[in-house]
Amino acid sequence: MPSPHDLDPSTPAIRFEGVEKRFGDNVVLQGLDFEVARGDRVTLIGPSGSGKTTILRLVMTLEEANEGYIFIDGEPLTHTREGGKRVALKERHRNEMRKRIGMVFQQFNLFPNMTVMENLIEAPVHVLGLSKADAVERGRELLARVGLVGKEDAHPSSLSGGQQQRVAIARALAMDPEILLLDEVTSALDPEIVGEVLEILRDVARTTDITMLIVTHEMHFARDVSNRVMMFDGGRVIEQGDPETIFTAPTQERTKSFLSAVLGA
Amino acid sequence: MNDDLSALWAAIPQVLEGMGITVTLTVLGSALAFVVAVVFGLMARSRTLVVRGFARVVIEFFRGTSLVVQLYLFFFVLPQLGWEMSPITAGVLAFGLNYGAYGAEVVRGSIAAVPAGQWEASTALSLSPVHRMRRIIIPQAWALMIPSLNNLLIQLLKGTAIVGFITLFDLTVALDKLRIATDLFFAYGFGLVLYFVLAYILTLGMNALEVRAKHRLGQGESLREALSFRTPDARGSVA
Repeated sequence: MPSPHDLDPSTPAIRFEGVEKRFGDNVVLQGLDFEVARGDRVTLIGPSGSGKTTILRLVMTLEEANEGYIFIDGEPLTHTREGGKRVALKERHRNEMRKRIGMVFQQFNLFPNMTVMENLIEAPVHVLGLSKADAVERGRELLARVGLVGKEDAHPSSLSGGQQQRVAIARALAMDPEILLLDEVTSALDPEIVGEVLEILRDVARTTDITMLIVTHEMHFARDVSNRVMMFDGGRVIEQGDPETIFTAPTQERTKSFLSAVLGA
Repeated sequence: MNDDLSALWAAIPQVLEGMGITVTLTVLGSALAFVVAVVFGLMARSRTLVVRGFARVVIEFFRGTSLVVQLYLFFFVLPQLGWEMSPITAGVLAFGLNYGAYGAEVVRGSIAAVPAGQWEASTALSLSPVHRMRRIIIPQAWALMIPSLNNLLIQLLKGTAIVGFITLFDLTVALDKLRIATDLFFAYGFGLVLYFVLAYILTLGMNALEVRAKHRLGQGESLREALSFRTPDARGSVA
């Protein structure tokens, strides 16, 4: 498998090609095409039910598209085209692809049966094959980065929501992903601790070149961190551009009304 | 009453012998039941239709047919087909498979009750399905399944009272003998107490397992704290 650094830099980190996703009769995404360049920070905005979270879940292979293709670094993620037919790829291939992608969830989803450090080293040791000592050292660095030094042996249930989410960010980063998916990571937090989590993500954005795909209702954060904003409605991208343009001079009526609703303007 | 007590004294060796059989059947039967419950509970979740179908047929058969008939099947019918077995073996098989079938549903249900987010986070970290089950899901499902498994364990203990049908001298048979020497009320009253004590010992053990399992998930006190008999109020408060 080619390392990502061998790839043509113009190969997009993520590419959707005619992706359709249905839940029963409900068509969530339809004929969706878009690309995310390597190192891009793209924020998906739009009303709830517009399919933003579904896009992240498709990239993480938590859901499977009904039609179309998703490519990561130019390689098919779950399905490929063979002789004009859509063919499902084996679980083994999907698992290799998954290793390049990390995800932080709205509900943190830390493992309650493990301490903070055990949460951080489980996958690096068992999936990436790091030695336990190396994984622990890296875990400590990451805990320092998210401001939780000294919480190594704490159980997730003894941490506040904001602390749990910071551990979850560290856990995703411990896998050294090329792509980081952030799914409404502050929606379950009390307003006064949203800032501490966003500050860490701003820091990650500043200091790494990880490609980020972000779903958030925090428009200030989206504006700070992302270099592109895509407005979704009815399972389609109805408008996209740099955050400055989208937030100050949207062209679509739907975008204008959505932004004025969420910004309370 | 004095006559009753001296008859009881004389009957103690038999009562102990019967209790030994009851305890043996309960311990071996529940050990087999646990293995059956885990294996078939996991198979019943398989994505492969044949595996899942096989598990369902076995579970539904042993849940859906009478325990007494199953006992007869193992003890009277199988020997005719050339599978001779001791009454203890027949009892352990019947109880293990019957209660294991119920237990399989408990295991399956508890695994399904582990929040979807735990499965998704495991996938997002590229953990393999086996690793995910062993390290993430089962430890959490275990805490959920203990109360239901405790119910089944106590039912199994009491269910063993039918093994007199296959010539085993268990606690109930011993009490029946005691009834002849004493009277109905005394013998069966004594029997109720003995079964209750056995069941309560099992419950205490399972409660300890539950406290430990929950503590490992960061819920509630440690087993050591729970055993220190402090009042619940003193535990939670900062003072």
